[in-house]
Amino acid sequence: MTETVVEPGSGAAINAASARISDPEQRVLERIAEIRKRKPMLREDAITMSHGAGGKASHTLVTALFGEILSNPVLDQLGDQAVLALPGVHNMGLAVTTDSFVVSPLFFPGGDIGELAVNGTINDLAVGGATPLGISAAFILEEGLDVATLRRVVESMRRAADRAGVNVVTGDTKVVPRGKADQLFITTTGVGVVALPQRIAIHRVVPGDVVVLSGAMGDHGSTVMLARGDVDLEADNLRSDTMALHGLTAALLADGIDVHFMRDATRGGVATVLNEIAQAAGMAVAIDEASLPVHDEVRGVAEILGIDPLYIANEGKLVAIVAKEDALRAVDLMRSRPEGGEAAVIGEVLADPEGMVFMHTGFGGTRVVDMLIGDPLPRIC
Amino acid sequence: MKFADEFRDADLARALAARIAGEAGDKHWKIMEVCGGHTHTIFKYGIEDLLPSNVELVHGPGCPVCVIPMGRVDDGIAVAHEPGVIFTCFGDLMRVPGSDGSLLDAKAAGADVRMVYSPLDALKIAQQNPDKKVVFYAIGFETTAPSTALTLLRAKAEGIRNLFVFCNHVTIIPPMKAILDSPDLRLDGFLGPGHVSTVVGIRPFEFVTNTYNKPVVVVGFEPLDILQGVHMIMQQIQEGRCEVENQYRRVVHDDGNPKALEVLARVFKLRSHFEWRGLGFISQSALELRDEFADHDAEKVFSVPGVRVADPKACQCGEVLKGVLKPWECKVFGTACTPETPIGTCMVSSEGACAAYYNFGRYSRARDRERVLASGERPAGNGNGTANGAVAERDLRAIPVQTR
Amino acid sequence: MCLAIPARLVEYVDGDRMYGKVELGGVQRRINTSLLVGEDATEPGEYVLVHVGFALSRVSETEAAETLRILEEMGAAYHDEVQQIREWQSTEEELVGTDYRQSDGTPV
Repeated sequence: MTETVVEPGSGAAINAASARISDPEQRVLERIAEIRKRKPMLREDAITMSHGAGGKASHTLVTALFGEILSNPVLDQLGDQAVLALPGVHNMGLAVTTDSFVVSPLFFPGGDIGELAVNGTINDLAVGGATPLGISAAFILEEGLDVATLRRVVESMRRAADRAGVNVVTGDTKVVPRGKADQLFITTTGVGVVALPQRIAIHRVVPGDVVVLSGAMGDHGSTVMLARGDVDLEADNLRSDTMALHGLTAALLADGIDVHFMRDATRGGVATVLNEIAQAAGMAVAIDEASLPVHDEVRGVAEILGIDPLYIANEGKLVAIVAKEDALRAVDLMRSRPEGGEAAVIGEVLADPEGMVFMHTGFGGTRVVDMLIGDPLPRIC
Repeated sequence: MKFADEFRDADLARALAARIAGEAGDKHWKIMEVCGGHTHTIFKYGIEDLLPSNVELVHGPGCPVCVIPMGRVDDGIAVAHEPGVIFTCFGDLMRVPGSDGSLLDAKAAGADVRMVYSPLDALKIAQQNPDKKVVFYAIGFETTAPSTALTLLRAKAEGIRNLFVFCNHVTIIPPMKAILDSPDLRLDGFLGPGHVSTVVGIRPFEFVTNTYNKPVVVVGFEPLDILQGVHMIMQQIQEGRCEVENQYRRVVHDDGNPKALEVLARVFKLRSHFEWRGLGFISQSALELRDEFADHDAEKVFSVPGVRVADPKACQCGEVLKGVLKPWECKVFGTACTPETPIGTCMVSSEGACAAYYNFGRYSRARDRERVLASGERPAGNGNGTANGAVAERDLRAIPVQTR
Repeated sequence: MCLAIPARLVEYVDGDRMYGKVELGGVQRRINTSLLVGEDATEPGEYVLVHVGFALSRVSETEAAETLRILEEMGAAYHDEVQQIREWQSTEEELVGTDYRQSDGTPV
């Protein structure tokens, strides 16, 4: 058999089948591989909800519009946080991150918009290995908003900040006419310090690294989806997982665990984070379905609505890429802490194929895990 | 989860796959799963990995979202833009492209488009907004149509007059006939649509065995159901039988659900013809509201453009749906037609044959190569990059599994 | 085409049994149960197949067990099957070839 490519099968069937694959198919596949590597193009004329869902459309908007226009060496890294050099200081950088919170409803089981704002900001600093120093918070308030509601949100922020030991140190308030905002929006900025050279960096990811997830997937997204009331589902035991993770990340680093990269799995879920890592590192990530921690209620919601927990948002979970020899130690340490009680090794980093994420299914097959395209909409078929 | 997890067991799957491989012999089997839900299961669980290369699953026309022609999507968008309208539809439909954007784009442009999980949710919205016209864009096969019918009956009974149905319900038998009538078709048998059959039963599929001499096995939606269905089709052929069998007895009665059929008949009648994306016009393949429900019929109450938008000429979805062409053989595959900018039905939904091939094709070939390497045979002249994917597969199996 | 899932019927919420509550993994939803008549008549505690907020049919415990029994019988014979497939593979090496290609019809 002198053909270059092999068609499905085993044994000699493959050799027989290989003759059937003609070169045109190979060319088509190679062209697709090329297209995938190209820079994404923003094709839409108007912003749709997909652009905010954290998946492919968000990614395209960020790289093709913001990244393009505002391009500079720091922004171009497109990290959860930027690290700025401090004049005269060589072993320490200033980590800066910013985030907006527009959740509806404002209050949901397990948390509220205020707690999300504090924890989310801290987490964006923490996953870069930074120590959070302070948070700024800007409020956009809709005319007519109950002061009691605002008070409840701000008191919740206070409690979250106290728990985390990170103060809200400055802020701003604007009011817009009724109907121009949905009750209240919060924009935060987090500032922290990070040791240089950075220990947590995408270029440190190497084939053979192990992928660790700090706990069960999809609690926050499912909770908010149900709280919104659109799908008419009730689950007594479902809670948002909103939680500050800087204690966990600090413990990992203090313990000398060789963490190469971390990211918190928020919008777009674990699948999207893994795809971002695979693409940024130019490597593949392979995960094992049986190892993925998911609570029963989230599975229930996912089954009923036909969505995949891998794409549902979290607000207190991180994905860590850890050197192979330290992986089990990382999991043990996570499990010893309240933030990571259900931590698990979920997969590993491979050299090829570049930029792709696979899953070994519990059923014994494999499939590609793509980035979220648009919102995770419930489906009927 | 009961009645689900038992049918996802990997050990049983291996056993069944081994049996299928053993019985497949050297024949090239082509079995079509009619239903998009089955296609979804096949990809979600990686079922094709478990099957030998000579057992091919052909992904059929049974995705009610993908088959909606562009013109009908445009009509829906036009209604959504009418003043005072709250437009409701299932989440699946939101991203389906019309000739100028999707419902998601219409929403961005100011239309009040809302996703619902059930037609009853649309009814609730109608009750809560008596000053608005609430339109439910109904899609789906016989599985879904009874729920629209019951919702309409309830609206009538309760005197809710501001609920309108834009009916795109379709029936499964006519497109199956269209596929079976295709002269270049080469299929060995069909996996029948399990959830349609809960309503219509298994008898409507007897024309496939009687007229076309192809076996049908109505199967469930868990991965073991599908493997067992494949095995049952092979057994039929090997034993010289050609029957409609029911693998999904736990929910499907041979006669379906008589109450649901009665409700369907009360609310709907057959349309003389309906256009299917990729398959063209098929007569008596869809449902419309009976005249008694004209007041609730969005197509009669609103002025819909009703402009037919031809499938792009270069698009060869029809051939792909029939299993005549492989996705990569289509003229626009991977160039003009991609998952981000789909042209044809097969690329629209992630379950479509083309979208699946676009996403998985390169990898599955790498995987095939690994099988060769694993069996100790090396194809000569193996000089391209995809071979690395083979390593991926092997390493994947070696991942340490952490049990919870 | 049609995503439908088995869920446990917790209770009927009206005397006419037109509506009920189902539960799956601790998640509950109110559904329309008016199609659960005749062979599909269902008592609370049993499972029903739910599609877009409607119960389409009762899930039969007996039939599910029977399907699983058949599947498990095949599982028990797994090791024999492995043996069989090995034999098949070696036979196939001789059998496959031109016939295989012709049966597919794809030109070489």
